[in-house]
Amino acid sequence: MTEEKVGVYICHCGNNIAGTIDVEAVSEWAATLPHVAVARDYRFMCSSLGQELVEQDIKELGLTRVVVAACSPHMHEPTFRKACERAGLNPYLMEMANIREHASWVHQHDKEAATEKAKALISGAVKRALELSPLEPSRVPIQEATLVVGGGIAGITTALEIADAGHPVYLVEREPSIGGHMAQLDKTFPTLDCSSCILTPKMFDTGNHPNITLLSYSEVEEVSGYVGNFTVRVRKKARKVNTDLCTGCGECWSRCPAKVVDTVYEAGLGYRTAIYRPFPQAVPKYPVIDVENCIYFQKGTCKACEKFCPTGAIDFEQEDEILELEVGNIVLATGYDLFDARRIPQYGYGRLANVFTSLEFERMVNAAGPTGGKVVLRDGVTEPQSVAIIHCVGSRDKNYNPYCSATCCMAALKFGHLVKEKTDAEVYSFYIDVRAAFKDYEEFYNRVLEEGVHFVRGRVAEVTDAARQPGEEGKLIVQVEDTLIGKQRRIPVDMVILMAAMEPRADAEEIAHLFGVGCSAAGFFTERHPKLDPIATMSDGIFIAGACQGPKDIPATVGQGAAAAARVLTLISQGEVEIEPVRAIIDEERCSGCRICNNLCPYGAIDYIEDPGVSRVNPALCKGCGTCVAACPSQVITGQHFTFESIMSQIEGLLYDVSNGHETYAEPAPLETA
Amino acid sequence: MPKQDYSELNPLWGDRGPVIVGFLCNWCSYRAADLAGTSRFGYPATLRDIRIMCTGRFDPTFAIKALRDGADGILIMGCHPGQCHYQEGNYKAMRRVALLRRTLAQLGVHPDRIQLAWASAAEGTTFTQTVMRMTETIAKLGPLQWRDTVSDLAPRTPAPEAEEVSHG
Ligand SMILES: Cc1cc2nc3c(=O)[nH]c(=O)nc-3n(C[C@H](O)[C@H](O)[C@H](O)COP(=O)(O)OP(=O)(O)OC[C@H]3O[C@@H](n4cnc5c(N)ncnc54)[C@H](O)[C@@H]3O)c2cc1C
Repeated sequence: MTEEKVGVYICHCGNNIAGTIDVEAVSEWAATLPHVAVARDYRFMCSSLGQELVEQDIKELGLTRVVVAACSPHMHEPTFRKACERAGLNPYLMEMANIREHASWVHQHDKEAATEKAKALISGAVKRALELSPLEPSRVPIQEATLVVGGGIAGITTALEIADAGHPVYLVEREPSIGGHMAQLDKTFPTLDCSSCILTPKMFDTGNHPNITLLSYSEVEEVSGYVGNFTVRVRKKARKVNTDLCTGCGECWSRCPAKVVDTVYEAGLGYRTAIYRPFPQAVPKYPVIDVENCIYFQKGTCKACEKFCPTGAIDFEQEDEILELEVGNIVLATGYDLFDARRIPQYGYGRLANVFTSLEFERMVNAAGPTGGKVVLRDGVTEPQSVAIIHCVGSRDKNYNPYCSATCCMAALKFGHLVKEKTDAEVYSFYIDVRAAFKDYEEFYNRVLEEGVHFVRGRVAEVTDAARQPGEEGKLIVQVEDTLIGKQRRIPVDMVILMAAMEPRADAEEIAHLFGVGCSAAGFFTERHPKLDPIATMSDGIFIAGACQGPKDIPATVGQGAAAAARVLTLISQGEVEIEPVRAIIDEERCSGCRICNNLCPYGAIDYIEDPGVSRVNPALCKGCGTCVAACPSQVITGQHFTFESIMSQIEGLLYDVSNGHETYAEPAPLETA
Repeated sequence: MPKQDYSELNPLWGDRGPVIVGFLCNWCSYRAADLAGTSRFGYPATLRDIRIMCTGRFDPTFAIKALRDGADGILIMGCHPGQCHYQEGNYKAMRRVALLRRTLAQLGVHPDRIQLAWASAAEGTTFTQTVMRMTETIAKLGPLQWRDTVSDLAPRTPAPEAEEVSHG
């Protein structure tokens, strides 16, 4: 065996590391470790000069291993792997010691201890590096098709971008139509563009694009595979309408006798029929039968829709369809739910008739909505003389959601403007801070101020109908501490609008689990890196866009939707993906065929081969978690890159200063076999 | 955060404090530790961590090795139950750690020296608090001194010389 030569590189990261850890001392010390041929410290290892330092040493000193003590491997492992590769060293022989995130940044209070810990981490990394084996990533072709989940403005944008680039897209939308929340909005801040006027053409293009297969009223049930090669099972729910025959003429729903409160599209403010198309511009244009509310399905008679359908498109027998799709990439764009305002009982929503949610109000001011665009009280006729708009309902409130929901201030300003435009009412906006960041938003705020909306600074304590003073009878009274004048105020109004927060979808956790992505503490999908990679997730080939990643407005959503498409297109144009060679391998010579590992594998990647009676890993299915490696009673499964030896050695290295020396680990002797 | 004098918690600490070996999963807890770093959440420098892909890779032998080599405690951290990147590796870790704690208890090692905890990639504070809590627990328990507490109980088997046994 040739002598191993390890190069150790300690990064100052400007002052980020060197300000806490004595990098020169560590470097001097590292040079004395067994097998270490060279140890250097450098201001910025990730700079091109830093990388060249490594490359040069590999070539000139013949290094066989490299240890870079710098930031997290999640930051720069790819950088230094590439540097090694350029110099002809197998990239999997490089190991990082994370002395920034895991030492200098968290132990600033104790420089001595931070320095000692850095030494331990480096010692562990050197020991581990000595046990690493060269590996070759496998390359697999990428399926060209992409799955987009959720047909709001985020998913629509992604689907159109990818389809326009010439690649097939499956767009799966749970509701009967695409459009998402944007289809419910009336005007959009700050320009007051009519929401459906700008959305409808995009919906139309999506529905008619030759490269987009629109699967509306459908849901993903199962996902397997890995980047480049996912298999997805989709349930296409039975519409009970044959879309080959339906023309979308509307005879059916105009004859349907069942009236149902529309809690989705009309946000509970209006009604729909049991066979329905959510809104006139719906894409696709076909209706669905809501079986739970259909008189025929519940009572056995009616069939009015069938009777009047001119093309015979109603099909009560239609069953759900299961589709299996092969896709290379997946984009999640499942959006948000509105905070349920009933959870704050003191604001009276659901109890006091004239308390509305923001989405209800969107539907109310919408000319196509239940009131034909008139701003009226729950009785449907009375115009309010005064309106209160309450900000931060369920957001910036540690009882509900600590985060700022980002869009509600602007939507509240928009509502103030719309009430002023449509009525003569006085408008009171109760805010904590008005957050009007981003282009043209502050200007819009100023405009609304000039229009005479009264801004009262303070979190509303209560909305009540219990009158205490003259002038309060028959009104809703908003009780608030006006923090600008330091006084309690009671402001009687006719109508209250609650600016409810954008929340993660109620099923966000289930969806996250289905696709193998994470959720933040608040419940939004977690991005790979909050700054540099807000579109990708921890799972390669799975991206997130729009409000499912966090509260955001339409411009930001569209930006992410397009960015997700760009990421997918990059992968598609590469044609194949590199798969990390972190896989399990069974030494069949020594496998006893006990089959313990077979059932442990979450991916069913281990098969038992009857003849010769051993288990075998299917490398295409194995994801390299290592649970079989840890469980094998004969210890004959190798977890590549995380081998038993590499971890045992790393432990030894980590504890170089406290280990009591003579008690080296005694391996169990192999069984004597005849 | 101030420098801690561990001998106040247990006089057996000499000039060194507790040494905890951590096994952090690549997807959740390692990233939680990264986030604690980027957020500059301070915590005691007692944890020396090893990145594994999944807590399902945690082999109880690792803990025994670390304790024999001078660690005073072992912290295994993974994704929250139901959030494992590999579906259920953390459940396997749960079972293995339970067994490990029981076995070590029989050898006189306080079970609190082995801890299993969860932190998602977004929970830098959870990570920090876990390390602080565990440090305090170990600090109170004092140094493990495996050779005095455990090795003397177990019969000493001489290590086989130059016998190469490869493990996977
Ligand atoms: C009251 C109010 C007013 C607003 N006004 C404005 C404004 O004026 N200007 C502005 O810029 N922004 C505004 N916003 C913000 C705007 O609504 C969002 O930025 C935008 O709708 C986010 O789009 P999205 O596609 O990410 O999510 P969504 O619009 O929520 O779309 C998600 C889609 O995914 C579907 N879906 C969900 N889960 C699944 C699943 N598991 N499988 C399949 N499909 C699924 C849903 O049915 C939906 O169609 C407002 C928000 C509110 C609450």
